[in-house]
Amino acid sequence: MATALKQDEPNSPNPEGAENVVVRFAGDSGDGMQLTGGQFTLSTALAGSDLATFPDFPAEIRAPQGTLFGVSAFQINFGSRAIETAGDEPDVLIAMNPAALKTNVDALREGGLIIADEGEFGKRNLDKAKYETNPLEDGSLAKWQLLKLNISQLTLDAVKPFGLGNKEALRSKNMWTLGLALWMFERDRQPIVDWLKNKFAKLPAVADANIAALNAGHAYGETAEISGDGLGGGHLTQRKVGAAPSAPGTYRTVTGAESISLGLVAGVQLAGLEMFFGGYPITPASAILHHLSRLKEFGVTTFQAEDEIAAIAAAIGASYAGKLGITSSSGPGIALKGEAMGLAIMTELPLVIINSQRGGPSTGLPTKTEQSDLYQAVYGRNGDAPMPVIAARSPSDAFFCAIEAVRIAVQYMTPVMLLTDGYIANAAEPWQIPDVSTLEPFPVSFLKDMPEGGLKPYSRDAKLARPWIKPGTPELMHRIGGIEKAIDTGHIDYAPATHQQMTEIRRDKVLGVAESIADQDVALGEKGGKLAVVGWGSTFGPIHQAVRRAVADGKDVAHIHIRNIWPLPKNLGDLLKSYDNIIVPEMNTGQLKTLLRDQFLVDAKPVNKTSGQPFTIAEIDAAIEENLS
Amino acid sequence: MNEMTKITTLKDWETDQEVRWCPGCGDYAILKAVQRTMPELGVRPEDTLFISGIGCSSRFPYYMETYGFHTIHGRAPAVATGAKLANPDLDVWIITGDGDALSIGGNHTMHLLRRNLDCQIMLFNNEIYGLTKGQYSPTSRVGTTTPSTPYGSVDRPASPCAFALGAGARFIARGIDIHKDLTNVLKAAHAHKGAAFIEIFQNCIVYNKDVFEEFAAKKTAASTQLLLGNGEPMLFEKGAKGITLNRDTLELEVVDVVDGDWQAAGVIVHDVTNKSVAHMLIDMPFGEFPMAIGVLYDDPRPTFEAAVVEQNAKASEGKKPDLQSLLNKGQTWTVTEDGPEL
Repeated sequence: MATALKQDEPNSPNPEGAENVVVRFAGDSGDGMQLTGGQFTLSTALAGSDLATFPDFPAEIRAPQGTLFGVSAFQINFGSRAIETAGDEPDVLIAMNPAALKTNVDALREGGLIIADEGEFGKRNLDKAKYETNPLEDGSLAKWQLLKLNISQLTLDAVKPFGLGNKEALRSKNMWTLGLALWMFERDRQPIVDWLKNKFAKLPAVADANIAALNAGHAYGETAEISGDGLGGGHLTQRKVGAAPSAPGTYRTVTGAESISLGLVAGVQLAGLEMFFGGYPITPASAILHHLSRLKEFGVTTFQAEDEIAAIAAAIGASYAGKLGITSSSGPGIALKGEAMGLAIMTELPLVIINSQRGGPSTGLPTKTEQSDLYQAVYGRNGDAPMPVIAARSPSDAFFCAIEAVRIAVQYMTPVMLLTDGYIANAAEPWQIPDVSTLEPFPVSFLKDMPEGGLKPYSRDAKLARPWIKPGTPELMHRIGGIEKAIDTGHIDYAPATHQQMTEIRRDKVLGVAESIADQDVALGEKGGKLAVVGWGSTFGPIHQAVRRAVADGKDVAHIHIRNIWPLPKNLGDLLKSYDNIIVPEMNTGQLKTLLRDQFLVDAKPVNKTSGQPFTIAEIDAAIEENLS
Repeated sequence: MNEMTKITTLKDWETDQEVRWCPGCGDYAILKAVQRTMPELGVRPEDTLFISGIGCSSRFPYYMETYGFHTIHGRAPAVATGAKLANPDLDVWIITGDGDALSIGGNHTMHLLRRNLDCQIMLFNNEIYGLTKGQYSPTSRVGTTTPSTPYGSVDRPASPCAFALGAGARFIARGIDIHKDLTNVLKAAHAHKGAAFIEIFQNCIVYNKDVFEEFAAKKTAASTQLLLGNGEPMLFEKGAKGITLNRDTLELEVVDVVDGDWQAAGVIVHDVTNKSVAHMLIDMPFGEFPMAIGVLYDDPRPTFEAAVVEQNAKASEGKKPDLQSLLNKGQTWTVTEDGPEL
């Protein structure tokens, strides 16, 4: 979903013979499944396949070993065609223990392949996974192909020469598994070997053991195939998934947290500013703080504050002082920042707020994804507190959304919220690296000289933005604050007429942002017709795939994907009214649906999912079917 | 800029805004003291930033002809931290109150002090919530009767200076709103590089009138105030009494000084860098002891913003801020018309 080719030609059908495979790695949270998945992703990307991933891990860092709630999984969908979701049903499940098998096997497509580490299927682990009998032996997995391998023992044998203790040696299990997976899909081992050498540069024995395990897993695949040894009924065969057609250019893999960080750096540079980033650790937003704290040479100052409120308050202080203040959090932290967002709205200072949404309310589901902060983003502050809101649809899109958020913030002197979610933040995909010379600069000009007629800190330009004045500028001393203020001068003034007028100005300024954004397009399908499937954020993938299938079947369906949540694109109302039916699939109980109904008086119908898991294509298929009949 | 170089006059620091505090409020005296002090600091209005939270005291920035930011309740230290990190050349003053700094904003006050951001924090302590019409505050004494405590408050008050010392502040001073010496305290605070914490006893004429009268009243001041001077003996009552350290109990004591021979009486000489004595001066129970006024503690150490600037510079050494190479970082592959290649 990342490549320019696909973005430019959303209607292009998949080439004949294209295929894709969904693999899920599942194990204990200590088994290194995220790492295995990440490295498999890298080698797959390097082979030119398109891909999307879905890391799914527990909130506990090291949950008790072998338990059902301690299972960590990583799913990757890769193929020689455009990939837009992490895949509905895995074709291959690699289960490192009984708990991983139990929590994941039902997702596996019928006839799919299970590779299980039978060395971990002893009584103790079976008990922990609440299996009464061993599923590898009792025939309960008959509708799938089963491959039983004693991965633990095979790993121990492979790393024996390196003299590691049993526990240490077993840590290489994930590399053995990765080696086997690389063999199965004809992926190159070298990038992983390089990565291991670099990662364990100070522990060469550990690096060597891991490389040996990787090679052993790979060799096992080769040997098993040659010997035709059907272990447990399943067959180990090699399958090559070719490169996906993509536009010429340079590519890398990128996660949402990375692309947002890069986009913010780019945006701040395009504005000719320096960045101040205030953050407080919270899942799944912390990764942005981590990335930015390593980019000091780009004029980035990062500040880990004492709490969420201090993080945004410091960002506001920095914006007042002439840097671009940015803060980032997830739902509960965003709630804490609410009052300070009002301050930025009232003082009309630029500010970017990143919200990596997660399941809520309260602590909710820290590591699972949801889109339930749309109300909070658009409405969630005291008073009439309008604020532009943008939502990213994928890791690569998040780069451009971050730039757009910076642009709106500085051009309109307003806080802007960028919505992403746990799925986008953690998922990786190939990304065609943009040529920075093609990014359009939007340099900020501070007010430096006394204007004719005297200083009016709340005078306005054509966009209704007030001037940005850096403290330190001679003669232009002025005071701002959260209390209502007079037109132009900004002096304290809460006369009835003043508040009426200032409220309207703040509203109109933010609504005016619609003048600077693109008209709403139709991502797939025709303008006008029987059914529009309207989405936002990370549901892009499953909706797009489902609509593509429906269109290919000759159905009158279109996909509309909204990036600007507030203000909405000017033509959106007319566009929506050109369809007989509108459905809005969202990972919440119907928040965009409510917004669309409110703004346009259209009969938008909700399609909701709040399980902490992304939509499957099949679920959207079903909703389309239901609403066409 | 040299200290003491007068480049401005008092008038340069006054805004055209009508001051809106209650007639007789201690805030007027503090405002005048600050406006009187600024010309003596040799600083320029455009480099000066007053940041406040919410409460009566927090209207202060509107009356100073400098840059000013009236923020939200309790958060002034956090806003100040961002502003100072963004521009370390700014001379930052935080104006706050007992509720703002110690209740809703206690967390931020603590962290600003521990980080040692270079700024002056003026905490106007009136032991009451004035702007919300007189509820008891975190510094109100036990038994304070207010609309929210009609039977008297039961919780023990916080000591602002003890809080500051505990949080790691390296400059702690006390002043009185109408005291002519307040100017000297402000000057000392400004001269201190780092977070300078000043508790100012401020008389709320409407809701907590004369709550500090027992030690703030001018006519009894000689016996109720211990005016501290660095390197000077801790004397009061016109030199007739002094403070000594009981070496058995390791506690302070009041001693009589006969014929001005304070050395014979064992009176301690104030050393502003002595943290243990500072702690004891802060904790001296009033009544049995006078109220210690002036600079209690002053022992600078490197500031937060200087450390951040230094680390940013060091981490950037020899690195070019090239956006394109940042985007291209890590393992990449190229797709040509013929397909992908590594």
